[in-house]
Amino acid sequence: MSTALAHALNAALRDSMEADDKVLLIGEDIGELGGVFRVTDGLAKDFGEDRVVTSPLGEAGIVGSAIGLAMAGYRPVCEIQFDGFVFPAMNQIITQLAKYRHRSEGAVSLPVVIRIPVGGGIGAIEHHSESPEAYFAHTPGLRVLCPSSAQDAYDLLGQAIGCNDPVIFLEPKRSYWAKGDVDTTATPLPIDQARVVRPGADLTLVTYGALVPTAVKAAAAAAEEGRSIEVIDLRSLSPIDDATIVASVERTGRLIVAHEASQTAGLGSEIAARVQDQAFYSLEAPIIRVTGYDTPYPASRLEHDWLPSLDRILDAVDRSFTY
Amino acid sequence: MTVETHQTEPWSVLDTSGHLRPDERVPSGDSALDLRRAYRDMVLARRVDAEAIALQRQGELGLWPSMLGQEGAQVGAGSALRPQDVVFPTYREHAVAWCFGVDPVQLLGLFRGTTMGGWDPRERNFNLYTLVIGAQTLHGVGYAMGIVRDGDVGTGDPERDRAVLVFLGDGALSEGETNEAFVWAAAQQLPVVFFCQNNQWAISAPFSVQSRIPAAERARGFGFPGVRVDGNDVIACHAATQEALATARAGGGPTLIEAVTYRRNPHTTSDDDLRYRSGSENDEWEGRDPIDRLRLLLTGDDAPERLDDDFLAELAQEEQALAERLRTGCRALPVPSPEDPFLHTLEQMPADLARQRDEHLAFVAAGEGDHA
Repeated sequence: MSTALAHALNAALRDSMEADDKVLLIGEDIGELGGVFRVTDGLAKDFGEDRVVTSPLGEAGIVGSAIGLAMAGYRPVCEIQFDGFVFPAMNQIITQLAKYRHRSEGAVSLPVVIRIPVGGGIGAIEHHSESPEAYFAHTPGLRVLCPSSAQDAYDLLGQAIGCNDPVIFLEPKRSYWAKGDVDTTATPLPIDQARVVRPGADLTLVTYGALVPTAVKAAAAAAEEGRSIEVIDLRSLSPIDDATIVASVERTGRLIVAHEASQTAGLGSEIAARVQDQAFYSLEAPIIRVTGYDTPYPASRLEHDWLPSLDRILDAVDRSFTY
Repeated sequence: MTVETHQTEPWSVLDTSGHLRPDERVPSGDSALDLRRAYRDMVLARRVDAEAIALQRQGELGLWPSMLGQEGAQVGAGSALRPQDVVFPTYREHAVAWCFGVDPVQLLGLFRGTTMGGWDPRERNFNLYTLVIGAQTLHGVGYAMGIVRDGDVGTGDPERDRAVLVFLGDGALSEGETNEAFVWAAAQQLPVVFFCQNNQWAISAPFSVQSRIPAAERARGFGFPGVRVDGNDVIACHAATQEALATARAGGGPTLIEAVTYRRNPHTTSDDDLRYRSGSENDEWEGRDPIDRLRLLLTGDDAPERLDDDFLAELAQEEQALAERLRTGCRALPVPSPEDPFLHTLEQMPADLARQRDEHLAFVAAGEGDHA
């Protein structure tokens, strides 16, 4: 059945809430409105306001109270309205949520999921197109997930809610209405495993979220020139499944990492470091990062050229093969 | 520049000469404060504090935040709790921990550097100390949301109805998160009591830096009652907290209690308070000591209960034994294994972290760190 990614998320929330009455949702405008992206559409009507909580307008309050709810035995799923609005909650996420298991020496789990729409490409105004994943991936004690397809959206969100670790769940907002088949009965991949979405022999292309379809198109275009590109969808940005990436690079000898987030100290840097550490002698070419630049996210009239695109990825492929 | 704050006299029933003023708001009968027990709790908690400072001076603790002078507020509040209530402390609630049955030796681990926590918060419903100012106010709010959803509020069953007691200081009043917590608690009428020990100083900043009005007056702006109480009057603190907790447990919503007290020691053992305040201020507050006034009451002619010689002799012995147990217990606190942080970062250790652990354990086993 072909389903929009946003609808797959809605189904995952619904199924999790039906399976466990300790699961509840908390966020701004998520009740009658269904959230600004309508991901929680219909849930307040079916589960009531006690389980679909329209919160006061305060992101620290959303995450801080979710921590308290988790301490009381609940499994809260927070919605942050936009990527740029998560920062008022960063204190609660970094100093409290991520550390509590460690502080309590494993006695207390905080099964809190924080859903955040991320990324650009939708012509939005400022603070509505950010890619904050590296801040979270740099914080021990958090899991960071990012689905690229409706199937993974359904699977990973259900797994995130069932997981006893805090999970930052990044939703690529320009993919919300992209459709794909969803089988809600299939056994999902493990929560922290990357997916090879297109096998290839000559170059490994690692990405995640909204850039996965772009990477697949790049691989198809490169195939016409006789280059076989393996596309890996990271899915879990922390922890990173480097085993899947390293195994691929050992076969292909070349690696490109693409992400929308700025380059310096981004996920691409971390993946490059791990691959040179673990597959140094397999590399035929320098590892190339295709990323957003180290600038604030630009005005939307400029975003088309600023974001990693099909052409920028293919350009990187060409550069890799010059070695 | 500092601005003058308006001063309204905090509610008090026990004055500095040990005279108890009758007041109908002070509970009687079964819900009355056990005065001899409160005296004992304050004396023993003060001894915990003094021993911890001594242990810090001997190099056994890295740091200690003293609560000297705040025993009245803390024992008053702490003795109003029922076992099913939940406490969210700052990092200075040593006497509350004592009242709620947390082993004081466990308080030392965080400051000795053997743990980042020290106790299992679920055992006594006493959460871990929170060092980021104000952060715990929101955890208390969330926990109270859980209590509401569990149906453990307003049932009338004294064994079942629960409330959350959140501690904060005067500095925390300025944190955004504290104000968010007030908004949430008010809007949802949550079973939570905010107990603010206004000890006059947030490290070096006097209360006038945080507020032009008494803390208790802020509550009305959020939509719930605020109570200003003499924090060095254990009887008044107990009465105010008991009433606020009863309201919360019954579904009547939150209360902010401002207990006006004074931090007689520096902020921590690393602080130097004579750089920002005078010793005479300290002397003045020493004259309002919460333990002295209760002793005056309980040894005076019209004492409702009496501290007789046997009681005092037994308490002195108990104090000695406690001090000895703290000294021994502190030195015996187990040093965690180098593997522990890796074990408790995520529920199941991911492969990449396991690699880092193996590398670290091999390094430690080789003894290479000895020369660092």
